[in-house]
Amino acid sequence: MDPVVRIASRTVVLPADNVDTDQIIPARFLTGTRRDGLGASLFADWRRDGAGELRPDFPLNRPEAEGSRILVAGANFGCGSSREHAPWALTDYGFAAVVSPSIADIFKGNAVRNGLVPVEIEPSAHRQLVSRPGAEIVIDVQAGSVSLPDGGSARFELAPFARRCLLTGRGPLDFLLEREAAILRYEQGKDDDAAAP
Amino acid sequence: MKKPRTLFDKIWDAHEAVPAGPDHPAVIYVDTHLIHEVTSPQAFALLRERGLRVRRPDRTWATVDHSIPTRFVEGRPAFLNRATRNQVETLERNCEEHGILLFRMGDPGQGIVHVIGPELGLTQPGRVIVCGDSHTSTHGAFGAWAFGIGTTEVAQVLATQCLLQERPHTLGIEISGRLGAGVTAKDLILGVIRRFGVAAGRGHVIEYRGGAVRALDMEARMTLCNMSIEAGARAGLIAPDETTFEYLEGREQVPSGDAFAGLVARWSRLPTDEGAAFDRSLSFDAGSLEPMVTWGTNPGMSCGVSEAVPAPADAEERAALDYMGIEAGRPLLGRPADVVFIGSCTNARISDLRAAARVLAGRRTNPATQLLVVPGSAKVRRQAEAEGLDEVFRAAGAEWRAPGCSMCIAMNGDRLSPRELAVSTSNRNFEGRQGPGGRTVLASPVTAAASALAGAVADPRPFLQD
Repeated sequence: MDPVVRIASRTVVLPADNVDTDQIIPARFLTGTRRDGLGASLFADWRRDGAGELRPDFPLNRPEAEGSRILVAGANFGCGSSREHAPWALTDYGFAAVVSPSIADIFKGNAVRNGLVPVEIEPSAHRQLVSRPGAEIVIDVQAGSVSLPDGGSARFELAPFARRCLLTGRGPLDFLLEREAAILRYEQGKDDDAAAP
Repeated sequence: MKKPRTLFDKIWDAHEAVPAGPDHPAVIYVDTHLIHEVTSPQAFALLRERGLRVRRPDRTWATVDHSIPTRFVEGRPAFLNRATRNQVETLERNCEEHGILLFRMGDPGQGIVHVIGPELGLTQPGRVIVCGDSHTSTHGAFGAWAFGIGTTEVAQVLATQCLLQERPHTLGIEISGRLGAGVTAKDLILGVIRRFGVAAGRGHVIEYRGGAVRALDMEARMTLCNMSIEAGARAGLIAPDETTFEYLEGREQVPSGDAFAGLVARWSRLPTDEGAAFDRSLSFDAGSLEPMVTWGTNPGMSCGVSEAVPAPADAEERAALDYMGIEAGRPLLGRPADVVFIGSCTNARISDLRAAARVLAGRRTNPATQLLVVPGSAKVRRQAEAEGLDEVFRAAGAEWRAPGCSMCIAMNGDRLSPRELAVSTSNRNFEGRQGPGGRTVLASPVTAAASALAGAVADPRPFLQD
């Protein structure tokens, strides 16, 4: 995973609330065994019609969306299924951050572990971004700030560990592996090791 | 005196292998890790890339459920395509390489991951249980902290048996009243989600409490906890009690005799202490509920079966009605159903099948409606067949299939065609969830069965009077 420090990009706006991971990547695209290549199926049933043709009015399909790295989404983004294929599809497509008033729990964790920055900002700042699709904004992961089209900025929270994961590109697996001694101590002191023979 | 603690607090405290520090969350030890073919292959690949082994194969259990066929052609499983078959074979290789017990297709222990855990007695009070599947919340019915994780986390648990966790908030939902005749745990959870919303539980672990919850049997409790994720919560809990202990006694993975008595004594200390505080509290009356049906594209968009579909409150609801081809202002009752699906980790246990069979017994489904009954596990299937339920289903005109997730997630070829409408006992009515362009009305097994008879969304209550 590559470190993410600062993202400067035009936005794409998908204002609907409660966008679930079945929309981000429909289940029929989960039959693979690899993490890559899922960008082609991102929002498959919204991007394409029944005949497989691109819908020109879908925000990701508009010419100005080309190359955008920041998705501005509605509230409770990424709800539903725990499929990590959702952030895999978003990053494979080229997104580096999702900006929303609220992001669903499992998706948020999955995003961080894949270098996709979950940016939760207050509703008024979010409304400003929704009303200005294609705005050039900057997300500063270290500072926890997003620049707004009106020249102001909005703050977003990240747990210290999540921020460090994003900034260093080192995930929780390394941290856990380094705690092997403590895990072993805990395991040996466990008095209800029901799974042991 | 010790500070009173909630059920969740007690489980958390007992599983902190490393407490949280200023720059890292707590390291939480996982007692039981369940894996399946769809969200595990990339995790095993990560282990291989890093040269890591599975730390505790004895705490890891595997099954196939999501992408497997529920039909056999000439005795062989009718896989949708090479990719789904490859996923199953990949899991077989990974389990073999790492010494993990796998329930393969045709194995007497195979089934939907959230059906077999409790069935085997792997799901026990006080445990931390994870799986790369959001409906892991099901296991919370036993007073276990059980939650869905992503594939990178699956790799972490395989390699270290641990996860880094920010401590969630607690949400107590007190449920009073009694469910009326023909009103089930499915209607209850749909009612709760309608009232509090699909994001109500975000950042929280829910504990379902109160007389209406205590009155539910274990399978109904599983249905309730199963859809916690549809209320935005990663986990839902119910305190263990006599109903829980009775269910667990004698199960394959539960010790017997004195050891069982010792466990019961330990489990009895788990319920939330008198005076313990939840971060948030809500209450709900179960007594006023009628059978629920969803009219939209998220599980919060529901109403009583005889109630008029409410006028859309915003653009999202308008879009949902448009997608569903449903008009506000009148009930869903009578809306033709192309398919009725009885199955999934929400409602494919033996009590669900018995309830559906009671409605269907001696009757025929509407010929315009396909009825698919997919048991949650091989064990449920055997039990149903021992009781003659399969005969009831077949005689009514249903297809009786092999266990798996089937049309709940529609990965295996069991799916709707565009604009077809299903009355489904599953958990998600998202756009395209049961097939691209397909429309889903979530309902209980008895409502689904009644709808199959009517060929349209139906109230189950008239079919239950005898």
